[in-house]
Amino acid sequence: MESNEIIYCLKKIVAPYVQNEPAFENFSRETDFIKDLEINSANLVDIVLDVEDEFNIAIENEAMDNMLTVNDAVKIIKRKQEEG
Amino acid sequence: MSRRVVITGLGVAAPNGVGIGNFENAIREGKTGIRFQQELKDLNFSCQVAGKPEISQEILNNYFTPLQLRGLNSSGIVYGMIAGVDAWRDAGLDISGKESVDWNSGIIFGTGILGVDKFREAIHLIDEGKTRRLGSTSVIQTMASGISAFLNTRLGCGNQVTTNSSACTTGTEAVLMAYERIKTGKAVRMLAGSCGDSGPYIWGGFDAMRILPQKYNDNPGGACRPMSATAAGFVPASGAGALVLEDLESATQRGATIYAEVLGGHINSGGQRNGGSMTAPNIEAVQRCIKVALKEAAVDPKEIDVINGHLTATAMDATEIRNWQQALGWGGSEFPIINSLKGMTGHCLSAAGSIECVAAVLQLKHNFIFGNVNAEDLHPEIEQLVGRDRIPTRTIEKQVNILAKASFGFGDVNAVALFKRPG
Repeated sequence: MESNEIIYCLKKIVAPYVQNEPAFENFSRETDFIKDLEINSANLVDIVLDVEDEFNIAIENEAMDNMLTVNDAVKIIKRKQEEG
Repeated sequence: MSRRVVITGLGVAAPNGVGIGNFENAIREGKTGIRFQQELKDLNFSCQVAGKPEISQEILNNYFTPLQLRGLNSSGIVYGMIAGVDAWRDAGLDISGKESVDWNSGIIFGTGILGVDKFREAIHLIDEGKTRRLGSTSVIQTMASGISAFLNTRLGCGNQVTTNSSACTTGTEAVLMAYERIKTGKAVRMLAGSCGDSGPYIWGGFDAMRILPQKYNDNPGGACRPMSATAAGFVPASGAGALVLEDLESATQRGATIYAEVLGGHINSGGQRNGGSMTAPNIEAVQRCIKVALKEAAVDPKEIDVINGHLTATAMDATEIRNWQQALGWGGSEFPIINSLKGMTGHCLSAAGSIECVAAVLQLKHNFIFGNVNAEDLHPEIEQLVGRDRIPTRTIEKQVNILAKASFGFGDVNAVALFKRPG
């Protein structure tokens, strides 16, 4: 899957968790889930579960801890898809 | 200095009416909220009728954010949020903004057990080795204090925020705990209430104890018969009630509607001694609770117009009436009028006390005494104790000045509260 396709899906997944709407309008590779979107850190585990379901992959705990920005998420999803 | 405490807001999600207007109409008309439950039949329950508030998706969207609705599977939280948020709004109070904390307001919102359906989900996932699939919603929906925590997401209270639990006494206990906090000047206003989940995992244990009616599966409306000669056990139910209690001075200053004054009350236990046990009340404790409540509220027994009893539709109903009679020191035609809400709602367990306190306050505010449903065939012992005319089967339009509300619970615990008509 192409990066921009993944970003498009990610934007839909995180939408319900976002607490800073203006930052969400500028959703890009550099967007930080907690610092920019002000997502409650407790909800990051839910986002990971939603990502797993959407892309049909499993994300281990270490990878989860490094998933701070959209770019991190894209990299992890791509790697997992390639490992297939 | 002791503060006077009044009620300035109400909210309810009851089996026979969600929202104060619907609920008031329902109790005036004797409308039942007890329905046949296919789910209970499919699971081979002996009692297949129950009371469950009817909540549409549209209602849910008014009380929860889309994010909160994701994976929401705790009916007690749903009922509690509807009742609690309604009461707060009814009192004319702001649903707090993100930045401000109201240090003078608190929440005491009780429950028996919360989020059993959510807990069941979690148990299945854990047993399958998929613990990480629980996500973040399992804890907040199954911790007992989940309901006060959910409410405070909306309210932004900075005073005491807690959840009490004392079986079927829970709701009335919450009201009295909130009353104490305001009376002693520790808070200016408190949201007091309680909620209880619906469903087979809540009600199954009672079905197993064989204390629920088994012969009314084809006549749900007739199943719950408080004070009746044919009372066959309580009908399991669920829901939530909520009341905003407020310092009289604060309520007056901000021009709030005053529904009633809380005069006081008492909470005690029979110690599971002298006839009291896990499931039966110590009669001495019940009578003592009534007497001390009157003393604390400075109410003479003759001033009581209405007793809204616990009266669950079991063999204990007559015992309860005798306790009232002995505690108050008289009987016969002078006796206060007695009613029980449970004929219409069933026994809402941990939510019963708060829903019934809401019903009590509505009668004081709007000058009526709701009739007893299914009590036409009055229990002969009750008739002998207080007389038939003390147990009206239809709603009476009448000014009520002082009402006594009692709730009793498993574990031999009791609570009695005294409410007075405003002004």
